[in-house]
Parts: sequence; C-alpha cells; structure tokens
Amino acid sequence: MSDEALFRLAHVTYKSVLSVAALSIPAHRPVAVVGRSGGGKTTLLKLLNNLISPTSGTVYYRGNPLEKMNPIELRREVVMLPQTPVMFDGTVEHNLQIGRLFSLRAAAPQEELQRVLELVSAGALPLDGSVETLSGGEKQRVALARVLLMEPDALLLDEPSSALDQETEQQVIEAAIRHAVHRSVSVIMVTHSRDIARRFADVIIEVEHGRTADEQPPNSHPNGAASRPPQTGAGE
Amino acid sequence: MNGIIELELGRLIAAYLFVVVLIGIVRARRIPREREITVATLRMTVQLILMGYVLGVVFEQRSLWLTLAILVLMQTFAIFNIYGRVKEPLSTSLKRIIALAMAGGTTVTLLFFIFVVIHVAPWYEPRYLVPIAGMLVGNSMTGVSLGVTRLVDGMKSRRDRVEAALMLGSTPRQASREIIDNAFDSAILPTINSMVGMGIVFLPGMMTGQILSGVSPTTAIQYQIAIMLGIMGAVSLTVVVFVQLGFRTFFTHRAQLRS
Repeated sequence: MSDEALFRLAHVTYKSVLSVAALSIPAHRPVAVVGRSGGGKTTLLKLLNNLISPTSGTVYYRGNPLEKMNPIELRREVVMLPQTPVMFDGTVEHNLQIGRLFSLRAAAPQEELQRVLELVSAGALPLDGSVETLSGGEKQRVALARVLLMEPDALLLDEPSSALDQETEQQVIEAAIRHAVHRSVSVIMVTHSRDIARRFADVIIEVEHGRTADEQPPNSHPNGAASRPPQTGAGE
Repeated sequence: MNGIIELELGRLIAAYLFVVVLIGIVRARRIPREREITVATLRMTVQLILMGYVLGVVFEQRSLWLTLAILVLMQTFAIFNIYGRVKEPLSTSLKRIIALAMAGGTTVTLLFFIFVVIHVAPWYEPRYLVPIAGMLVGNSMTGVSLGVTRLVDGMKSRRDRVEAALMLGSTPRQASREIIDNAFDSAILPTINSMVGMGIVFLPGMMTGQILSGVSPTTAIQYQIAIMLGIMGAVSLTVVVFVQLGFRTFFTHRAQLRS
C-alpha cells in the first residue's frame, strides 16, 4: 500500500514555468520539494491541487485524471497551504475551524483545537482572540494547524515554516509530519531548506528551472520508518 | 395643469443672471473655470430643450413602439455609462452580466410598478412610463456602478484570500462571500441613506415638479413614496442579480481563479 502512487504526472507542462516528463509521488511518505525560488515548486503544488490546470499532459490522483474529477471535492481531500498565511476575519478558533467548514467536515472539539495548536508550538494563543494582532510566525502556525485539523488524504505545504526561527521551524515541521503520518495523511512539502528536506522527507523532488529530478535522502523520517522508497519517477 | 405659471422667455433668460454672477466671481478670484461654466450651461440648455421636444413628440404620439424605443435607448445609455465609470478593465462576460442585470432588474420592477402600483391605462402611457423608467434605470445605474467597482476591487485586492479558501476546498461562492456581501452593501447604501433624509433634508425632484405643476402635496407624496420604494426594489434587484452572477466570471469551470 505504501508504494501506491498518490500522484502521477505524465508529460505535464504549465506555460513556460514547469515541464515534467514523468513523475510519481508515493502515498504515505513525507515528500519534500526543493529548489531555488522561481523554479516552479509552487506551480507543481497548485497543479496537484488543481488550482491551475496543466497546459498539456495529465496529472493523476490515485490513478484518476484530475481533470475528470470534481475540483472542489478533490481540494477537500488534497488540501494546500499557501506560503503566505491567509487569515479570515474573526477569532483564532474561527480560523482553525474554517477549513473543516469549507470541506463540509464537522467542527472539531475545543480540546482538539488546543491540542493541534500546541503541536505547532502555538498553544499559548487564546482561541477566542482576534487574528488581527498575530505576528507573521503565529499566523503561519495557525494556518498550518488549520490544515492539520482537516485530516485530508494529502497535505500540500508550501514553505510552511518560512516565517519561523530555525529552532521553532524544526520543532513545528517534525510535529506536523509526525501528526500527519500517524493519521495516514500524505505530506508533500515545499521547503527552501535542504536540511529540513533531508531530515524529514523520505523522498526529495528537486525542481530547478521548471524541470524535476528526485533523490533519496540519506536518513529516514521522524516516525522511525527506515524503509527506502523505490525509485519513484524519472525526472528530466 | 391648474395653477402653473408659464415662464415667459424674458423671465427665463433672467435666470441666466446667476451664471453671469458666477462667472464674475471666478474671474475676480482668478479661478480658471469660466470655460467649464459656459460649456456646462450651454450643454444643460441644449440637452434639456432637445429632451423637451423629444418628450413632447413621444407624449403626443402615445405610440407603444416609440415609447419602448426610448426605454431601450435609456437602458443602453445607462449600461455603457456603467462600463465607462468603472476604472478597472471589465471582461466581456462581466459586461454581459451587467447588461443582463440592468435590463432584467429594471424591467421587472418597472412592469410591477406600472401594472400593480400605478395601474395606468394604456400600460405604456409614455407620460408615466418614461419618467418612471428614467428614475428606476438611473438609480440602478448608480447602484450597479458601485457594485461593479467593489466587486472588481475586492476580487483583485483579496485574491490571496479567495485562492487560500479554494485551496481548502471551498466553493467559489464561499470563497468570495465577503466580497459579494460587501459589493451588495455598498451598492444599496446610497438608496437607503437617501430615504432617511427624504422630506426633511430635501424635497425630491419628482415631488417638487408635481407640486410646482399644481398637484396637491399629499398626492405628490403618494407618488414619491411609491417611486422611492420602486427605486429601492429596482436597485436591490439589479444589484443582487449582478453580484450573484458577476462573481462567477472571475472563476473558470474548474473553480480556479482566472489569471
């Protein structure tokens, strides 16, 4: 089951930004997407979430071509977190629940909200406080907690820790991935840090100048699974 | 009508003395506005004289087709006026929605007004239909212009937020809900505000006109109340049709934001 492809890209191009001949992304293994900024990493995530459609080629999600699926239902299973955290008017609690609301899931109990906030090192934030006064790093953690609470099939995280200091960053990423793996949520994370990618990902996909290549990290991910994924795709 | 004093030409010309005084003031203060004042006065005079003759013919003829032609002309002018007023470029599909909302919203309200509220015979009596349509279309034009501006601005400035909501599995409607509500609110607010001050702060044009032409104030007020409610109905209907359909033009059939 762990070798089942979560996503498969076949001859996918997006404008002049990204061109992927073939790529397979496994399920239930933390995947990191690395590469210089402007190289097409965010575009790759948006293609998986069907927030954009490829100019040519096909993206498959669990064997089904994305363009044949209902895009809204797909996004309720394949949830994306944008790089710049977006807060909706209201309280911290509203911002945590809104993902579940959008995806027609029942509201999470207060204890669960508190638990996930603590997981992302934001346990001190009052649930009934306004999000207006939060710092950039706090907003990023609330946004991350929001998508973790949704417990979708897959999480696409675009630089989920860019506004955090190094120490907090490591803690938050580790806790988030542990949480996701524990709940069988597949994580695909864009990161600027190769160090983070090596420490926490099973599979690393490198995107440079709109082309992909994947490599295997030297160590295993934090839940201790030491399995090596098979070669998951041939980059260009 | 009874009791109306026909203005003699000489007396009417005397009213232009106000313009002469104004030009004298700006000249003395060296404010470079003489040309604008002159042009505005001339345009107002010529346009109203032309309109007077056109309405004279239309009222005289009492022709269904001529009256409808006037309404179509009025509507077309209003729609293009909205396109011109909004500073942002508008997509073809949004322009279509604007035209649809204006034509649909004002026609439904106008028909209701003519057939149910006033109950005039024949229904296309131009003396009623043309001025009432003018007021409904004019006010809806102002409302929809505000709504379009707010919707386009909102979709631009809140693009990140809309996109973030889509990423979480929201529908385009949920993702743009705040923007839609905001556009609707700012479009109908001027109409609501004008009702609050009505009769105390100012006497509306239609009522003033009726009173001047000898209609009893109570009758004039009945008409004014009816027309204000009609205006509110037309503005709400055009704006609600516009925002409910208009927001969709910002999304593709795959629920993606158009670039």
